[in-house]
Amino acid sequence: MGQIEWAMWANEQALASGLILITGGIVATAGQFAQWYLGAYSIAAGVLICLLEYPRGKRSKGSTMERCGQKYLTRVVKVFGPLTSNYYIRAFLHLGLSVPAGFLLATILGTACLAIASSIYLLAAIRGEKWTPIETKPKERPQVGGTIKQPPSNPPPRPPAEARKKPSEEEAAGVPAGGPHENPTPVTDEVV
Amino acid sequence: MMGCWILNESLSIILVLSWLGVNLYLFIDTFCWYEEEESFLYTRVILGSTLAWARASAVCLNFNCMLILLPISRNLLSLMRGTSSCFRGPWRRQLDKNLKFHKLVAYGIAMNATIHILAHLCNLEHYHWSQSPEAEGLAAALSKLGNTPDETYLNPIRTFHTNTITELLTTVAGITGLLISLALILIMTSSTEFIRQASYELFWYTHHVFIIFFIGLAIHGAGRIVRGQTAESLLLHNVTFCRDHLAEWQTAARCPVPQFSGKEPSAWKWVLGPVVLYACERIIRFWRFQQEVVITKVVSHPSGVLELHMKKRDFKMAPGQYVLIQCPSISSLEWHPFTLTSAPQEDFFSVHIRAAGDWTEALCKAFGAEGPALKEPWSLPRLAVDGPFGAALTDVFHYPVSMCIATGIGVTPFAALLKSIWYQCCESQTQWKLCKVYFYWICRDPGAFEWFADLLLSLETRMSEQGKTHFLSYHIFLTGWDENQAFHIALHWDENTDVITGLRQKTFYGRPNWNHEFRQVAYSHPSSNIGVFFCGPKALSKIIQRMCRLYSSADPRGIHFHYNRESF
Repeated sequence: MGQIEWAMWANEQALASGLILITGGIVATAGQFAQWYLGAYSIAAGVLICLLEYPRGKRSKGSTMERCGQKYLTRVVKVFGPLTSNYYIRAFLHLGLSVPAGFLLATILGTACLAIASSIYLLAAIRGEKWTPIETKPKERPQVGGTIKQPPSNPPPRPPAEARKKPSEEEAAGVPAGGPHENPTPVTDEVV
Repeated sequence: MMGCWILNESLSIILVLSWLGVNLYLFIDTFCWYEEEESFLYTRVILGSTLAWARASAVCLNFNCMLILLPISRNLLSLMRGTSSCFRGPWRRQLDKNLKFHKLVAYGIAMNATIHILAHLCNLEHYHWSQSPEAEGLAAALSKLGNTPDETYLNPIRTFHTNTITELLTTVAGITGLLISLALILIMTSSTEFIRQASYELFWYTHHVFIIFFIGLAIHGAGRIVRGQTAESLLLHNVTFCRDHLAEWQTAARCPVPQFSGKEPSAWKWVLGPVVLYACERIIRFWRFQQEVVITKVVSHPSGVLELHMKKRDFKMAPGQYVLIQCPSISSLEWHPFTLTSAPQEDFFSVHIRAAGDWTEALCKAFGAEGPALKEPWSLPRLAVDGPFGAALTDVFHYPVSMCIATGIGVTPFAALLKSIWYQCCESQTQWKLCKVYFYWICRDPGAFEWFADLLLSLETRMSEQGKTHFLSYHIFLTGWDENQAFHIALHWDENTDVITGLRQKTFYGRPNWNHEFRQVAYSHPSSNIGVFFCGPKALSKIIQRMCRLYSSADPRGIHFHYNRESF
């Protein structure tokens, strides 16, 4: 599995865990189960994880499909620098966040999923992967008139290329280099 | 035009709606049963309606888990495709959408699993709470049942001095439930399109966690913790009266202590059939793996395409079919699909493989595609082949006119088809339904032409020899060209043969104008059924589907474009 960037799978897994934590937390808080304050904690932790994991990191090889609307969150996540781009920190953060939720039944599944995500992130970190933001390239405005080539300066019939390249010889021969061409025979415009 | 789209898509929509309908029926029927059933009245006193939610979603889960293995049993599908009596035309096309159906059922499983887990979460908490000292009334009394030897219990949690997590982890249902939920989540997170495209191997290996899923599912209900009143107890203990006369339970004869029993597990009954079928499917694959495959020729083409000619006993194919290939020296677990590029009339079968990922690159290297020297036949790695499996192209011969559109490497299924046409043309005695084939190939660079250009050239010559020059009309579109090439082409424009391919029909530059092409075909064949076959990226597939709908007429006697798409 040489080409796999483990962080990609860890990211999907962590995002799913965040959603599961939020769901479990909501049920525990709404149902007022025992230790429901852990449910409230899970909701907060889940939201934090979702916000952190939503922007996909750039793949080192190949193009990355961005998630819808992720560029706003990318800017926020980028601000934290090594705290978010280093996967060791992320792995331990996820592990730490998952522990309190493990004491409440409603969120135990979220804990297990987050722990798995944390271990995949650890694997990614060991393999030297890191999170790089996907930068949107500024749109290059097409230069107006950039592709328009200059029209020829003499009207047809034009002398061949060799003659055009040697203006000094032309002048010596007495042929005008530029300007209007004098027709040897009079030209009349025939309109039918 | 709209009518045609409705007709084309209607069978898919009907199947999806039927699936949805069965799910809704099972859910609502089970829900109502558990809400009204007398034997579960006392259970409902403790749990409320979350019992019904959990059971209804469980039945839907059973149904969907039964269905999920069927669309990926390829040999079963090929068998169904082969029985031509009941699987013609639109039904055959549905079999091509097996992966879509597999994903749909997977979403169904995910949704029902969520409902089931949340409902049982609440159930566990309610059971726990009704054992607490503050609980009173019927719920508390019911929970205390089972403490004496002649009583059966209702509440699986026997004491308040425990926590729900411990209770979860000490029951079979709890542990298996946690395990199969984890398995499901791992399968789903590694199956997103992003991951599948980035690393097919991760998706493939993680998906095999489904084995744990099905084993866990089968033993999930073994603990029998969903308990209802026994039938004998119902006869003796009238619930509608006794529920309001709690104080009289021990004393009055009308209300002897109710007895409960657990519901027996039923999931295994639903999934046994498909699991056995899928096991047979994998056994067939293993058996085919054991069969010897002889490699007769290896050709390395420019642009990284490797062509392999192979022979295998009793191998019969039709154009457009694909095989699964395994190379044990690269990976002992992976089977990768490749379309067959040879015709059925040849005594070998061939595939063209492009190096596009880990496995294919390793294969090309193993066959010496990169090195200059030839490899000895005995040093070539051993291959195993499973298949062939059916795909849409076998339908090409059933239409009077066919349009075949391919992009890049997607031309491989059509290579087999054109070769088959070539051979059948040689025989020239058979009367066909197929009268005209339009072939479009959109390709980025001329280097990729090389192996296909020979085929087209020989086809062209053969067709003109047989006097059937107008049978095949092909159009090649080069989408990656630069100014130098344009100058060169413009210079040689007036010659008889195309300067890049050497073929008599000229190559076009840039992308095809589909409106123009479809309009031309529509004018030439006013009241025929035209089969449109496409192999390539999704974006172009959508455009062509739109064209098919646009140019099909609403009149049933008019022209109809029938769209078929090949995908793995």
